[in-house]
Amino acid sequence: MIGALLQYIAAAFVLVGAVFGLLAAIGIVRLPDLYTRLHAASKAGVVGAGFILLAVALISTDGAVVLRAILGIVFLLLSTPIAAHLLARAAHKAGELPTVTTTIEELDG
Amino acid sequence: MSGSEALVLAADIAIGLLIVALLLVVLRLLRGPNLGDRIMALDTLTVLALGLIGAITLRTGLTLYLDIAIAIALVGFLSTVALARYLLVRAGKGESQ
Repeated sequence: MIGALLQYIAAAFVLVGAVFGLLAAIGIVRLPDLYTRLHAASKAGVVGAGFILLAVALISTDGAVVLRAILGIVFLLLSTPIAAHLLARAAHKAGELPTVTTTIEELDG
Repeated sequence: MSGSEALVLAADIAIGLLIVALLLVVLRLLRGPNLGDRIMALDTLTVLALGLIGAITLRTGLTLYLDIAIAIALVGFLSTVALARYLLVRAGKGESQ
């Protein structure tokens, strides 16, 4: 009974994760400049992959597999913001300009 | 519909959606326009590949795929950091010359 319920929840989670992944990709194609695209890539992408790994952790009966899935989520949550921050910083240093509708530019001092 | 049938159906739909997402990111990778956009697209490819591997794990029940997912996450993070470093170093050289 609990197992079937967990399977339905995992099915919902994997769908939610896939939709978030698709939204991240649409954001990457549609948004106007690198800095806005990084928002879509780092936030929506992590939520998408995280939900799918959470679904794997939910239906698994093996403790090692649950641990690995949780480890994957934690590692993703730790590493992706750092990578996005480094990339945005490097692009700003390299002279990449934000789109013309950006009104506040705090790094220009 | 039983729980395992729903799970297989959801995993199939998720795999389809993630393939579309990967193709869209490849479009951005090809279009650029700058090096930063391409690095970001490569980073997103690894994150989406992680989701795809998770969906395949759910579909087939082969949990060995999770090890591959963790390895891809590690390599993807390190390569993004290295490429961002490269972008930074190249920008510094451009300023000094």
